[in-house]
Amino acid sequence: MAPAQDLEVQQKRELGARDESTIPARVFLPNTDIFETEDALTVVMEMPGVDREHADISVEDSVLSVAGRIDFARYEKLYPVYTEYNIGHYRRSFNLAPNSFDDRKISAEMADGVLTLTLPKAERVKPRKIPLR
Amino acid sequence: MALGLADPFDALFRFQRALEQRLDSDWLENATSGVGAFPPINVFQQGSDFIAIIEMPGIDKDSIGLEVRGNAIRISGSKTIDYGSNASVHRRERVAGSFDRTISLPVKLDPDRVSAEYRDGILALFLPRAESDKPKAIKIS
Repeated sequence: MAPAQDLEVQQKRELGARDESTIPARVFLPNTDIFETEDALTVVMEMPGVDREHADISVEDSVLSVAGRIDFARYEKLYPVYTEYNIGHYRRSFNLAPNSFDDRKISAEMADGVLTLTLPKAERVKPRKIPLR
Repeated sequence: MALGLADPFDALFRFQRALEQRLDSDWLENATSGVGAFPPINVFQQGSDFIAIIEMPGIDKDSIGLEVRGNAIRISGSKTIDYGSNASVHRRERVAGSFDRTISLPVKLDPDRVSAEYRDGILALFLPRAESDKPKAIKIS
């Protein structure tokens, strides 16, 4: 459990120039936690405004890519009078250690704008106790 | 149009710029406590009413406290993150903690008609303007 503290706003970080898109709209990096247990790696990403139908997750050549699209239509006919944050789609990718995960067993869950990915470790990389003889 | 595909993105880009122009505008004057405090709030006008859209992903709906008094709205609650036991953390960017923020709008609200919705990590507050505060057309006699 993380320690309790007064929450402060985290400024949204934009996607870096290495991964530019052809369209001018800004794309943001989801805040991400990554943690590991004996059996799996868990990736948790915050993408407020993205529902389960608009989150795309793929693994290709040991690169995990996540893209989330917000429902921009919700903002139609709204005129901003005071703002503290910008909105936009999300995108982020991570390099995975090659052959460490069982690609077909990756599972994803989306709740309250938070995507949780569970990547089960491949048998051969799981920690193994070595018996002393 | 050949560039038809780009169209909705242009609209998004324009909207992003509009949001940027209003960044920390003085519309709320000094009435809002804790700019820079969680959660970040955007306020929009829709007709004569207002909508506050607040980004707060990963918060249990039942732990969000909302109060309306006069033209002030108070949002409080806490966010917890549980990594479970036996986990080794590689990357920690999300933050947990408690929050308590009040915004005061420069217009009178109708507190009985204020409503709220929490969906996909976004809290939307519908803030109807009080009938007495709406502009009235004046007939010249």
